Amino acid sequence: MMQFMLLFSRQGKLRLQKWYTAHTDKAKKKITRELITLVLARKPKMCSFLEWKDLKIVYKRYASLYFCCAIEPEDNELLTLEVIHRYVELLDKYFGSVCELDIIFNFEKAYFMLDELLLGGEVQDTSKKNVLKAIAAQDLLQEESEEPKGILEEMGFTSSS
Amino acid sequence: MMRSLTTPTPKRLRDLIREIRSARTAADERGVVQKECAAIRESFRDQDNTYRCRNLAKLLYIHMLGYPAHFGQLECLKLIASPKFTDKRIGYLGAMLLLDERQDVHLLVTNSLKNDLSHQTQYIQSLALCTLGSICSTEMSRDLAGEIEKMIKSSNAYVKKKAILSAFCIIRKVPDLMEMFIPATRTLLNEKNHGVLLTSVCLITEMCERSPDTLHHFRKTVPQLVRILKNLIMAGYSPEHDVSGVSDPFLQAKILRLLRILGKNDTEASETMNDILAQVATNTDTSKNVGHAILYEIVLTIMGIQSEAGLRVLAVNILGRFLLNNDKNIRYVALNTLLRVVQADYNAVQRHRTTIVDCLKDPDISIRKRAMELSFALVNTGNVRGMMKELLHFLETCDPEFKADVSSNIILVAEKHSPNKRWHIDTIVKVLTTAGNYVQDDMVSLLIQLIAETTSLHGYTVKTMFEQLQCDITQQPLTQVATWCIGEYGEQLLLDQPDEEEPMQFTEEEVVIVLEKVLTNNNSTEVTKEYCITAIMKLSSRFRTSMGRIKKLIEYYSTSVNVELQQRSVEYTSVFTKFDHMRSALLEQMPLIEKSRSKNMLSNEDEGMGNEMDLFNSEKPGGGDVGIKLLDTAKQSTQQSTHQTEGQNILDLLGDLGPSPVIPINPGPSKSAGANDLLDLLGDVANAASGNPVNNMVPAPNHNLMDSLLGATTPSAQMNGGTTGLETLTAFNKNGLLIEFMCERDEAQDHIITVNVKATNSTATSMADFVFQAAVPKSFQLQLLSPSSNVIPPMNDGAVTQVIKLNNPQKQPIRMRIKVSYVQNGNAIADTGEMNSFPKLLWE
Repeated sequence: MMQFMLLFSRQGKLRLQKWYTAHTDKAKKKITRELITLVLARKPKMCSFLEWKDLKIVYKRYASLYFCCAIEPEDNELLTLEVIHRYVELLDKYFGSVCELDIIFNFEKAYFMLDELLLGGEVQDTSKKNVLKAIAAQDLLQEESEEPKGILEEMGFTSSS
Repeated sequence: MMRSLTTPTPKRLRDLIREIRSARTAADERGVVQKECAAIRESFRDQDNTYRCRNLAKLLYIHMLGYPAHFGQLECLKLIASPKFTDKRIGYLGAMLLLDERQDVHLLVTNSLKNDLSHQTQYIQSLALCTLGSICSTEMSRDLAGEIEKMIKSSNAYVKKKAILSAFCIIRKVPDLMEMFIPATRTLLNEKNHGVLLTSVCLITEMCERSPDTLHHFRKTVPQLVRILKNLIMAGYSPEHDVSGVSDPFLQAKILRLLRILGKNDTEASETMNDILAQVATNTDTSKNVGHAILYEIVLTIMGIQSEAGLRVLAVNILGRFLLNNDKNIRYVALNTLLRVVQADYNAVQRHRTTIVDCLKDPDISIRKRAMELSFALVNTGNVRGMMKELLHFLETCDPEFKADVSSNIILVAEKHSPNKRWHIDTIVKVLTTAGNYVQDDMVSLLIQLIAETTSLHGYTVKTMFEQLQCDITQQPLTQVATWCIGEYGEQLLLDQPDEEEPMQFTEEEVVIVLEKVLTNNNSTEVTKEYCITAIMKLSSRFRTSMGRIKKLIEYYSTSVNVELQQRSVEYTSVFTKFDHMRSALLEQMPLIEKSRSKNMLSNEDEGMGNEMDLFNSEKPGGGDVGIKLLDTAKQSTQQSTHQTEGQNILDLLGDLGPSPVIPINPGPSKSAGANDLLDLLGDVANAASGNPVNNMVPAPNHNLMDSLLGATTPSAQMNGGTTGLETLTAFNKNGLLIEFMCERDEAQDHIITVNVKATNSTATSMADFVFQAAVPKSFQLQLLSPSSNVIPPMNDGAVTQVIKLNNPQKQPIRMRIKVSYVQNGNAIADTGEMNSFPKLLWE
């Protein structure tokens, strides 16, 4: 199970944090700081994995953004890279060639996307189409709820499967 | 509408982000954030419903920047309770980010979750499920497990898969809730939807890992899982689930992991999956990372279950292929996994030795590290020569942080697998010259032990060592081992051994010059100098023509600021003057330490070396920790306190070797321990027990040894040796400070009394700036030597010692006033006392 995922920039600015295990705010900050320093200090020649406490850290850089996940010892780090990649693909589809700025200005949407891909630190669906469909439906629902006279009922009853 | 007239419309999220991003300094950013937070707080206070959502979104952004945002917690709950989807969406997002499971607001969230779980809109149900998966606490798990169980049975795949993962989270949090989910889980593997299948396998895995009963129960699903896996790899291309030519790798990997758990220690289940594992292993496209992810999982499963031998070899070979991959991640994973299986599949791994050794040159440091660990695991008697060549080369080129580890490992591996002694010694020399100062201290003692044992090669060793020392005296471990060898076997440097290929022969002068260089070199550490001065001393009995120079060198340090060096110098000098007739006996070669001790050393776990190390360490001058402790009584450890107190007595005596004191051998149960300690200390200067295993020494010969050493002991003195002044007198005992006197009367000059002062501290805090002063009547002369330290460690963990020399020409009864002062917990404490209870024996 993935314990948490952090997105941060090359400058070490946190862009997204998702925690699947309970920590205090203080502990989260400490872990975040520690990992950002650790990962940013890695050289390009180094592999994407490191051992950290009793967890495995898997990270990958996409343009200016680092995606960094903490997984448990029994988890598959190569597959975790695929999970990260899947998330990036989904964001890319959603934003249309996503860049760091998209994630800064639409951080809540980046969270929504992640929550459709992972739940409780595990992948919930392996179909990109299903994930994007669910997001699109919810965005629509949101638009309609902004206009009170929307056709909310119709959407609400649509099943995605 | 009315509101907007009184308060301005809150800033939009987008504008706030822009403003924060345009802040030039951290202080600017803080200013913007503080201003905005104030506005948000005010808006929250005003119960502004229109902009609550926007405000919370802004607060979440601010929170990500690291600013406090707890005041938004209740607002999250309000938004969650709102009927609007936007509000709920942001409200739940806020709950996931701002609440952790210890918050009191959790109870309120639980209620909202309960409502939304049964909402008619699946996306609202989804928000609730997702939030549960993120912040579920124990209470929440108990309260909502029933709802989740119902939702697992839902026919809506979108809700179903999320409910299954929520159940997974609940079980992780509260394992005893597992039972209630088992019935609903049974039919899940019949589903076709990949999301549901994937999450179900995940849930079952979790259950099986938690309970052996459940594991047993789900073993019967193995054929079903095998079928799902088979369909996945046999079915044609399905764009929806394909990743670079691999059909749903996420699902495949999850199934493989579950199979691993189900097949572990179960022959029947393992047999059922053998075929499919082979099939997946051979059919997976490995042009991309994702294929390797599957193969990696397969390898773990093959290694984890009772698989056929052929399959295990296949698995190791897959990892072997991984090692040749261009992708460093794949190489890393391979080495890591090989390291896990090397014990079980030693021969299969051994076949990939060359590839593994090649990884020692990998540009990635973490890969080099794994390769190193694995390489050491693969060394055996058959390949030790070749492997050692590679490892020595690695030692030469590797990062400084590895050197200590690598050199220690090489030394240990060489010890275990060396094909012959000569090779072994050569390897040691290479490690010492290559790793230089990175060689760890404990290795120095281990090497000395090894060299001492290799009796047939002493000549060769000392010559090789000396040659190295001639080239370089700056590598401390090398210098220490080399000087020790020269001290022990120095005479062999002068011999011409015809059987050597390149005959080496040195002159006494050459040797002494090098040792002198070591001793006077500024880069030599104190320990090295201690080794060196002892080596020089030892050479005095092995060399003939350089005596003058040797004496001068040793005397030179009698005024050294280094107490240890000074002590050695003084002691050795007095051996030259007073005990010259027995010098050569004193300076004989060290006896061999028993092999079993060296084994202990090899398998040492840092502990348990305690007393055994004593002997070994003290063999080499001042080398090991314990050796130093013995000499530096302030650091005395409690564990050995009794043991060492005696050593201390003796040490003090040795320090005063000049006035020829009486030997304080306590009769009684601790006799043999005392004797061993004597031997320890004297190991530097004397060993009459050559040939005898040290620990088999009976106390009696030690008495003799001591007797002859000191020469002056008469039989009568020996008889009343215990009464001449060995009694421990309590001079002061107040507030946890205990000062004890151990007095001795000089046999030859019976007006001289030596008082050994020992101060211990039984309180929990140390006493600093400790000063002990003593005053005596005018007819006496008193000399107070400097104390061993001015800090008394707490809990009796060590002592401060100090020596008082009393001259009592009129043989008057001894009276003494004492004054102590020290600082404890910041308080300066001073006290005085009088000591009139000295035994008559000291002056009559």
